[in-house]
Amino acid sequence: MSALSPAWFEIGLALLLAPLLNSVIARIKAAFAGRQGPPLLQPYFDLAKLLRKGAVYSSTTTWIFRAGPIVALATTAAALLLLPTGRVAAPVAFPADFVLLAYLLALGRFFTISAALDTGSSFEGMGASREAHFAALAEPTLLLGLAALARKTGALSLSQILPTTSLLAPEVGLVAVALAVILLCENARMPFDDPTTHLELTMVHEVMVLDHGGPDFAFVQYASALKLWLWSALLSGLFLPASGNAWVAGALSVAGVFAVACGVGVVESGMARLRLLRVPQLLATALALTAVALILVVR
Amino acid sequence: MDTLLDRLMLLLILSDLTMLALRRFSAALGLLALQGGLLAALALAAHQPDFTGRAVLLALMGLVLRGVLFPWLLRRTARRAGIVEERRPFVGFVPSLLAGIGLLAAAMAIGARLPIGALPTLGLVVPASLFTVFTGVFLVVARRKALSQCVGYLVLDNGIYGFGVATVGNIPALVELGTLLDALVAVLVMAIAMYRLSEEFDHMNTDQLDTLRG
Repeated sequence: MSALSPAWFEIGLALLLAPLLNSVIARIKAAFAGRQGPPLLQPYFDLAKLLRKGAVYSSTTTWIFRAGPIVALATTAAALLLLPTGRVAAPVAFPADFVLLAYLLALGRFFTISAALDTGSSFEGMGASREAHFAALAEPTLLLGLAALARKTGALSLSQILPTTSLLAPEVGLVAVALAVILLCENARMPFDDPTTHLELTMVHEVMVLDHGGPDFAFVQYASALKLWLWSALLSGLFLPASGNAWVAGALSVAGVFAVACGVGVVESGMARLRLLRVPQLLATALALTAVALILVVR
Repeated sequence: MDTLLDRLMLLLILSDLTMLALRRFSAALGLLALQGGLLAALALAAHQPDFTGRAVLLALMGLVLRGVLFPWLLRRTARRAGIVEERRPFVGFVPSLLAGIGLLAAAMAIGARLPIGALPTLGLVVPASLFTVFTGVFLVVARRKALSQCVGYLVLDNGIYGFGVATVGNIPALVELGTLLDALVAVLVMAIAMYRLSEEFDHMNTDQLDTLRG
């Protein structure tokens, strides 16, 4: 595969534009609140600032703490290689690659959680516990949803599943709703987690990375931006119409990703964070939707 | 999964699952009204394309009773008794939802094995009706408040009605009116009983009736 093929171009675009998603969401929330919001390039400034700084490591931490951000970034970037963009096949595609996608994300989360536990801070342990709790419900939802889509389309690779889904099929609609809920949970967005909170007690994701600084924190932030891109591309992949031209399809897919980010911004503007006890209930609902979809397609 | 009938039945399945996860009575009663509308639509859709005046009339009666009158009666009872939500059900809301998925799978499996379920024109109707029946029974067993149990009874009745409409086809009008009247009387009696219950004990928790001594 040549370096200039549309698929690789899309990956480069994702790596370049991912931090922009967060500022789009911030801008939309600001617009709803009647404020102007931060500059669009603010996430890039933050990343550049963090990368120039040095890192400080507590003497109680081990290599696990240092490995956390690196593994999180590496697994997210690797998962991005599996995702078809628009209707273009992904650079890496093989039967049942969606299982690898789910487990790459799980591996990144495992190392983030381990790094949080490695610090020995009670706050970080609390965040790690919450993250593991939510993930235990979110992961089966992702796998069941993708399994339902695979069965529906009769294909086993993400690069074949996503381009052939049609939202007109009710099962695909069910999976899309469930994936939208899981997107908000996995990316620590509003009904599940408040990304702008300042109190450790109310944090879920942010509290796990409190002890990372400098380049490590830049890796964490960049990895979470890439993760948001990945999920938005996965969700918008269900909606996008088929297009013959690979470049047109690629442009559509980028537009789809930003449309999902706009949707996240609107949801965040209109909702408060759920009480922590209610979160598993919402996740179980998403799980139920994918289970219904799977039962319907297996029937 | 592409016929109108199947889409209606999918909505019925989703409303059942939502019913299992709902805490507030106002939402549950709204959902009950929606189910009444869905069943009326099912009664019409099952008889297309030859609509008879009789089919339309029966569907309308079902809509008025199941979609409007029953939820309204129960809402009135809930308001008078001053209860808002099911606080501590015997089976929690998340376990109920997960049980609902199991029940749905069972309904699908049973529906596919029944001789009537194999008719291709019926699609999802038989499994969805079976699942509605299961959901109703589960609600009656797993909820503490009498009002929730009454909602469960009505869901059960909805399931039986859907099953009948789809499989028997032309139910004699007298039988259909009879079942509707049965349900109406049952709801009236239950509403009165619940009202008395809440007047007497200030609550509707049926489990505490076990300790009554005559």
